[in-house]
Amino acid sequence: MGMTYVQKLLAKVCGRQRVAVGDVLEPRVQLAMSHENGALVINQFLEIFQGTNREPKVWDPDRIAIIFDHRVPAESSKTAGNQKKIREFVARQGISKFHDIRGDIGGICHQILPEKGYVRPGSVVVGTDSHTTTHGALGAFSFGIGATEMASVWALGRILNVEAPGTIKVAATGRFPKHVYPKDLILHLIGKLTAEGANYKVLEFHGDAIRRMPTSGRLTLCNMSVEAGATSGLVPPDAETRRYLRAEAGVKDPLDIFGPDPDAVYDRVIEIDVSRLEPQIACPHTVDNVQPIGEAAGKKLHQIVIGSCTNGRLDDLEIAAKILKGRRVADDTRMLVFPASWRIYQKAMDLGVIQALSRAGAVVCNPGCGPCLGVHQGALADNEVALATTNRNFKGRMGNPKAEVYLCSPATAAASAITGVITDPRGSIKAKRLKIQDSRFKIG
Amino acid sequence: MAIIKVVLHLGDDVSTDIIYPGRFMATVLPAETPQFAFADNADFNRRLKAGEVTAGSAIAAGKNFGCGSSREQAVSCLKGYEFCVVARNIARIFLQSAINLGLNIMICPALEAAEGDELEIADDKVFNRTSGKSFHVEPLPKARQAIIDAGGLIPYTRKLLTAGVK
Repeated sequence: MGMTYVQKLLAKVCGRQRVAVGDVLEPRVQLAMSHENGALVINQFLEIFQGTNREPKVWDPDRIAIIFDHRVPAESSKTAGNQKKIREFVARQGISKFHDIRGDIGGICHQILPEKGYVRPGSVVVGTDSHTTTHGALGAFSFGIGATEMASVWALGRILNVEAPGTIKVAATGRFPKHVYPKDLILHLIGKLTAEGANYKVLEFHGDAIRRMPTSGRLTLCNMSVEAGATSGLVPPDAETRRYLRAEAGVKDPLDIFGPDPDAVYDRVIEIDVSRLEPQIACPHTVDNVQPIGEAAGKKLHQIVIGSCTNGRLDDLEIAAKILKGRRVADDTRMLVFPASWRIYQKAMDLGVIQALSRAGAVVCNPGCGPCLGVHQGALADNEVALATTNRNFKGRMGNPKAEVYLCSPATAAASAITGVITDPRGSIKAKRLKIQDSRFKIG
Repeated sequence: MAIIKVVLHLGDDVSTDIIYPGRFMATVLPAETPQFAFADNADFNRRLKAGEVTAGSAIAAGKNFGCGSSREQAVSCLKGYEFCVVARNIARIFLQSAINLGLNIMICPALEAAEGDELEIADDKVFNRTSGKSFHVEPLPKARQAIIDAGGLIPYTRKLLTAGVK
């Protein structure tokens, strides 16, 4: 009986011939990632060493990555204090993969890890962030863990009690229609699976639509796999993985590229013909409340957000800029853009993408998590509605439980920014202009 | 056998954003997080802070409790009130963090309970004294028992470290 990709990966990392679903393993960790919640990890890590007469020392300072992204620059003295505590710990421990608040090497953790070449196919990556599933796009078994679990990893270099998960195979075939993107595919899939449909399992992506998909799109798929409950999304590595790691991430060392066994046993196989997909919208307040765009079109919007670890990559910004170039964000709508990293921000400047977005009326903010989780910028007022390319629309997510968040692709977000209502990017996009001056005089 | 009262009844897919809203995430220490438990449920949060909810009470929930963000504050804030979470099932990261921090959790796939119900808690079943119905409890994964027995992941890891198992 053959093994799925994650079974083969775990067998390799644990030095075993075979791994069966449900086997309990303690794999060594190739990379352990945290962001500002590293402050809690440090607290728990120091507690482990209490009363041991040992100096608290992380197992390998080169295998820990810490990236400030959730609240950058700090929005409060409390956050600044957490960041300071982490900075001091990083210096003391000699942690090398540290990305402070900087305009050259800064960005969102789930973009920094791929673009800096920190992730290797065939390895185990953990992060104190649920969207750590992202890095399965490069063939790593990559998943989110709690801060105390991370403290244990920092001490031991391995993660305890990992149960080999069952696998759902997703076979995506065909060519995406114009204005339909990987984001629409993953939203559609989450709608099909439901928010718990892949709990304690992984998604393994196959099919010619995936083989043709650049790494940026694969990162979007794996990023949101957790919204169906998946422990990780995984794209078995291929020529595109190699190209990305070599050409874009600058990785020079040998890559261990393998796939699942041809006779691997899957819990379930889901086939999707992407050529039949329409733009998708996840409606409030769960990510699995997914509808084809026609069902939500016309909904009045107060805020559009393009960016995040899901859709803040260069091609996402280019798609938005192409639609918005020479047009304007609707008068009674505001649009915020959060590139996923400063490298992307700079490339987007070189290409005139940032300028086009700004001239259209978008506010281009610094790379970071921004309003996605409601902690920093871009909070919503009561009864306001946002359309975002981010990954979650839970009640209260954008800082206000009395507001609504819809999720979509960058193309849908850009088209909707022009009209001020949820708009199908495939149709003609008619701008709505408010005569602000006139109405003001009338009120007077 | 403990008898505890359901003080909060919740549906399916309760995310960690509901349990501990993101805007309070700069607060990380377990001693400080309980004040923000269910902060967007103003009345319940007020009762918690006013000490009107008996420590050790039950939260009854549907499927996929604790889904979403990995923020451990969502576990530590409940641990602060010694809640017992009885849910039809529990999302992966939340379940592991609950075991790691020693939060009482019971996976009870057919659970039916309403606010005010009294539950009799045993290892393998939950008996709802109010409705008279009994519900099977799924055992936690065996491999986790060592962590529970050690009193949580911190003492367990400390034990591994000092035993030189690495």
